[in-house]
Amino acid sequence: MEAASLPAKPGRPRAVTAARNFLSKYGLIIALLLLPVYYGAQDLATDGNLSRLGNNLVEGLSNGAIWALVALGYTLVYGIIELINFAHGEVFMIGSFTSFTLWSTLGLSLTSSVLGLAGGLLVALVAAMVVSGLLNTMIERVAYRPLRGAPKLAPLVAAVGFSFILQNVGLQWLGASPRAVPDLIRSQRELVNVAGVSISNGDVLAIVATVPLVLLLTAFVSRTRLGKAMRATAQDPEAARLMGINVDTTITVTFLLGGMLAGAAGLIFALYQTTVFFFQGFTAGLIAFTAAVMGGIGNLQGAVLGGLIIGCIQQISDNRIGGAWTPAVVFAYLVLIMVFRPQGLLGEQTREAG
Amino acid sequence: MSAEGGPGGEGAAGVLSSIRGARYFDLALAAVLVTAAALVPFLVPSGSGFLDDLTTAVAYVVMGLGLNIVVGFAGLLDLGYLAFFAIGAYTIGWFASPFYAQVNDEQGFALFVGGPAAALPGIHLNFVLILIIAVVLTALAGVLIGLPTLRLRGDYIAIVTLAFGEIIRVVAINGDEIVIGGYKLTNGRQGITPVDKIDLPFVERFTSLDLRPWYWTALALVLLVLFVNFRLRDSRLGRAWIALREDEVAAASMGVPLVKTKLLAYATGAAFGGMSGAFLGSYLNTVNADQFQFFFSIFILAMVILGGLGSIWGVVLGSVVLSLINTWLLPDVLNPIAQQSLNFDLTQLSFGIYGFLLVLMMVLRPQGLLPERRRKIELTEGVGGDATLVETRA
Repeated sequence: MEAASLPAKPGRPRAVTAARNFLSKYGLIIALLLLPVYYGAQDLATDGNLSRLGNNLVEGLSNGAIWALVALGYTLVYGIIELINFAHGEVFMIGSFTSFTLWSTLGLSLTSSVLGLAGGLLVALVAAMVVSGLLNTMIERVAYRPLRGAPKLAPLVAAVGFSFILQNVGLQWLGASPRAVPDLIRSQRELVNVAGVSISNGDVLAIVATVPLVLLLTAFVSRTRLGKAMRATAQDPEAARLMGINVDTTITVTFLLGGMLAGAAGLIFALYQTTVFFFQGFTAGLIAFTAAVMGGIGNLQGAVLGGLIIGCIQQISDNRIGGAWTPAVVFAYLVLIMVFRPQGLLGEQTREAG
Repeated sequence: MSAEGGPGGEGAAGVLSSIRGARYFDLALAAVLVTAAALVPFLVPSGSGFLDDLTTAVAYVVMGLGLNIVVGFAGLLDLGYLAFFAIGAYTIGWFASPFYAQVNDEQGFALFVGGPAAALPGIHLNFVLILIIAVVLTALAGVLIGLPTLRLRGDYIAIVTLAFGEIIRVVAINGDEIVIGGYKLTNGRQGITPVDKIDLPFVERFTSLDLRPWYWTALALVLLVLFVNFRLRDSRLGRAWIALREDEVAAASMGVPLVKTKLLAYATGAAFGGMSGAFLGSYLNTVNADQFQFFFSIFILAMVILGGLGSIWGVVLGSVVLSLINTWLLPDVLNPIAQQSLNFDLTQLSFGIYGFLLVLMMVLRPQGLLPERRRKIELTEGVGGDATLVETRA
């Protein structure tokens, strides 16, 4: 078949083809393992154990859990309407700000009673999720829905516009400098120490809060009627409409879910980093978007995996190469992934990436 | 204008549309507009803030038209245009400032440069040479950024270009840590300053007091980029780009060489970004890592989309409008009004208002201010065609 339809490419040695095949199969995995393996070997040579790398990875995973939640919002929205929702990072920021404001109004601090703390955190979680979810839905309604039939790039500019508006809201809300959040959970305190690897309260919180949310979302998308409608709309909006699915409602629900996850991520971020900043959403948005692409955009498990991997890369780079270079390292990885595996780690071969 | 609405209106419109079709329409329009634009500085004081805003706007037109080649003609979404701005600006920072003071035993090295700059330490090349170097460097960078995207389409290209833009940004910020043979790559956030003023042959040296020559230089760059845009659009290469944008598979099967065509789009688009970057480096008198933000790429892209993707006049309009909203309308016009009548400082809300205007303009006119004719036909006829298809099926 091949030989009949395509003339064999002349003059390419077999070794080159073999190397190419090898690279396209395993290149990405090799690239991903490069950093941990290199620094792990370095640790072994200097300290004789891997505790430093272990610490990096633990912090990376808990940071990555936050990125995973934000990345899920990107991937949900992209999967369904093929739009890079540039305002998503700002929705995450608003989630952080809502939690912070609630805690300050309630007067929560480290000295509050355990019951009060737990209640305050829960109320803040609900509030952040509701505010961010509704905000995301509102953005879709106002800026993206009128542009659904428009040229593909028009909603992108509208998204950027909304991102500016929300940044300005954040600036007016809490001012131009980063604000310290009361360290309600003693984020940095060591909870357990496994063979020199310390696991802090913050790490546990990030994982404990993220896992159920991700599981709930996966169950929602795979089990419920609305979830089925979401998958159908993602596959083919026209056909979904013909099958009696209310595409508008489905898209609204998608934005609501993405916004709620971003709100939860905002709360976890505020607790974990103990500082909030009106510009935090921009960086978080870029990183989470990278995570979504890394995992295979449109793929929920991929977004989580991508978030965790990016968290680890970031942490290793912060700790070993220097924080100033971290964005460059993360984006260099992104380029590598696009070169070796454009469809992402778990993504399927799509027309766009094919 | 009102006369056209009279009995002769229809005939005039018909004549107008036939002229529009003629290839000289753009030429005539360009001549009129550029002449008008060239006369503007005589209406405002030579050192005024408004002329400063206009000069910046005109420099952005060059960038917008450059990006229009990549995004508008070839349909390759580029979110990392700041990379070319940065490389162009650093070209002038490296080769026309006292930054590399140790060159030539601290005696300085000047080539075709007169006046005080020649006596300073550091490398000082003539602006024309700088432009050439900037074009070469940015075109190379464009090809480099283009290479990994060759297999990709659509939004994936956007992501790779975004990543490259971010890498360049981080390198610019931390470039003072990269020292090659005693020479720092950039000066990080401190910036390279002062940068030599533009020194052209036969013309008096530019100063920061009289902005007119700067404005005219930027306008000359626009003229060049307009010429190249029109000639390319109507060339074999331009048609190849548009074919690529419309349908990559169909274009490839018609014999359009994909790799060459795409890389040429990246290189040409990048080169204009570099030219404008070199100009702005000298005009702003500093090359500072903080100038190169992701926001900038989006800003230029918004100019292209707002104007109308692929529409040359649209992009010119979009660039001027967005740039002036940012530098003139919000701070110089609306803010004094708000302060006087509402006793309220608008500058705190400026980028929120800017965002609001972006959303508003997109919702009201998603196809852009002056959509390209080809696109407009597609948009209207495409929808109609689909409707008939659905009806016949039903």
